[in-house]
Amino acid sequence: MYIIVVGGGRIGYYLTKALLDEGHEVLIIEKSATICETVNDELGSICFRGDGCETATLDEAGTSRADMLIAVTGHDEDNLVACQVAKHKFNVPRTVARIRNPKHETLFKKLGVDVPISSTNVILEHIEQEVPTHPLTHLLEIRDKGLEIVEVKIPPGSTTAGKSVRELSLPEGSKLALVIRKEGKHHVPTVNTVLRAEDRIIALITPESEEALRNALRGE
Amino acid sequence: MKVVIMGCGRVGARLAGLLDTDGHTVTVLDVDSYSFRRLPPNFNGTALVGNGLDEEALKRAGIEETDAFVAVTQGDNRNVTAAQIAKHIFNVPRVICRIYDPLRQELYNTLGLETISPTKIFAQLLKETLES
Repeated sequence: MYIIVVGGGRIGYYLTKALLDEGHEVLIIEKSATICETVNDELGSICFRGDGCETATLDEAGTSRADMLIAVTGHDEDNLVACQVAKHKFNVPRTVARIRNPKHETLFKKLGVDVPISSTNVILEHIEQEVPTHPLTHLLEIRDKGLEIVEVKIPPGSTTAGKSVRELSLPEGSKLALVIRKEGKHHVPTVNTVLRAEDRIIALITPESEEALRNALRGE
Repeated sequence: MKVVIMGCGRVGARLAGLLDTDGHTVTVLDVDSYSFRRLPPNFNGTALVGNGLDEEALKRAGIEETDAFVAVTQGDNRNVTAAQIAKHIFNVPRVICRIYDPLRQELYNTLGLETISPTKIFAQLLKETLES
């Protein structure tokens, strides 16, 4: 695949390295001459100096034959514009933008960015997992289907401990996929499975029903 | 008419002053309060410190009730992003955005934004002046 990466900062650099290792053809577009030089010294001549939001630069970089454009500068607005120009001017089939303000996620999707990735949210989710008392942890997002896989812990003394799955009022469309017991055993729950305190439940849900699921499982 | 102006540079401040004199309700938004020195001393509108890319700041500036939104910061991309937020999230009836880069301006025009490229207009004006 021919992939264009806009922004040669830390994310752009390591991303490019990984993509090159996978055997892709990669070009970094970077404004700063110093960064360009460093990248070219370390990764070979793959850094093109220019403004990745400018039609002229993208044209020179051969964007019309690119399979993908990934914009990872530190500015949301620059990433948005790079993706929009790539998409609407050069018909790039897939655009990915890094975003810092999590609120921009919906807007960017609406405006033609195929995959907006909120670095803030990604970091938050990882930290969440490390907080032992956190009631619901995001494990994985299935973007194109609007679903996510989450983990909910049943706290000690919860009113749902001792209840079977049938007795819970789970939100519509949610599925319990796995129950992991304290002692390490795990199984696929049925309607008859009785929950215990400190069970960890892996479930598939829509983002909207997160709260309902958490309440149903934790008994709040 | 209620107008929110993002960016209190020379153009933003001057536009704010002109609209204010005409009796419109003007709110100017800028990330730097020092920029507000450019507003005329008799300015009756509101000057707010805030980032126009931030939905909360836009709400504080009254974006939900405004009739028009004008993006005139120094950054083309900032203007384009804020204008699209105003248009697509807050459904502001009239959104105008400055884009210096003529190529980018053409693209966003075709994408349905009302845009003005001072570069294009001024170059044309200079040419006509020289040739006249």
